[in-house]
Amino acid sequence: MASIVFYLAAAVALVSGAVAVSHRNPVVNVLSLVITFFCVAVNYALLGAEFLAAAQILIYAGAILVLFLFVVMLLNAPEVKAAGDARPFQRAAGLLVACVLAAGLVLLVLAPRFPVPGVGAAGDAKTIGRLLVGPHLFAFELITVVLLTAMVGALVLVKRKH
Amino acid sequence: MPVPISHFVVLAGLLFAIGAGGVLLRRSGISILLGIELMLNAANLALIAFGRQHAQPDAQVFVFFVMAIAASEVAVGLALLVAIFRRIQSIDVDRLNILRW
Repeated sequence: MASIVFYLAAAVALVSGAVAVSHRNPVVNVLSLVITFFCVAVNYALLGAEFLAAAQILIYAGAILVLFLFVVMLLNAPEVKAAGDARPFQRAAGLLVACVLAAGLVLLVLAPRFPVPGVGAAGDAKTIGRLLVGPHLFAFELITVVLLTAMVGALVLVKRKH
Repeated sequence: MPVPISHFVVLAGLLFAIGAGGVLLRRSGISILLGIELMLNAANLALIAFGRQHAQPDAQVFVFFVMAIAASEVAVGLALLVAIFRRIQSIDVDRLNILRW
């Protein structure tokens, strides 16, 4: 059962990911990336990370991609669409690098010397919460500062000068 | 029958390659940011798979931090795109070929 769900989610993630980076229409790009992120959330749940599966849907599909959609709508779509096509050299080089990267990563993982210890227990939301405010408390507080900085920076960048 | 952890890592590798291809092949700034998001997600998936393999719940905490960093990166990146669009009426990164206005 788990393997059927995994292979289905993996296939959908790969196809919608390919559509997300190759389609001309930016709205289609963003919406198919939402599908990819949902499938990645399914994979998180299969790996026993239920808290992160929920966070993935809330943060990525819920917040980040809505932000993308806002910007796509804000900049008028035909102008965005015109910037899509790559130059021939760029297309060849980009495809080559992507294929070499994919083949290298897959071969590296499937190599027989890849160490395979036993599958360990997953962390539930309680464990994650205790780790966040326990050993990783400083990083957790620092993240709030980073988010505040990013918010202020984004506001400063888009502010119109009068 | 449970899925082997290596299959998750293979999926993460393929998603990362798709994201890298998107960054390299597209000239629209929004598509480049989308490719970066896809690569960050693939890295997160690999991190969770390795954390599961080694029974380390700390990996999920790091993925949580990566998500927060990705959110702030997208906010600043999209703000930069909006500012660029106001200047040159385009988000084609090939037209960003001068260092100051």
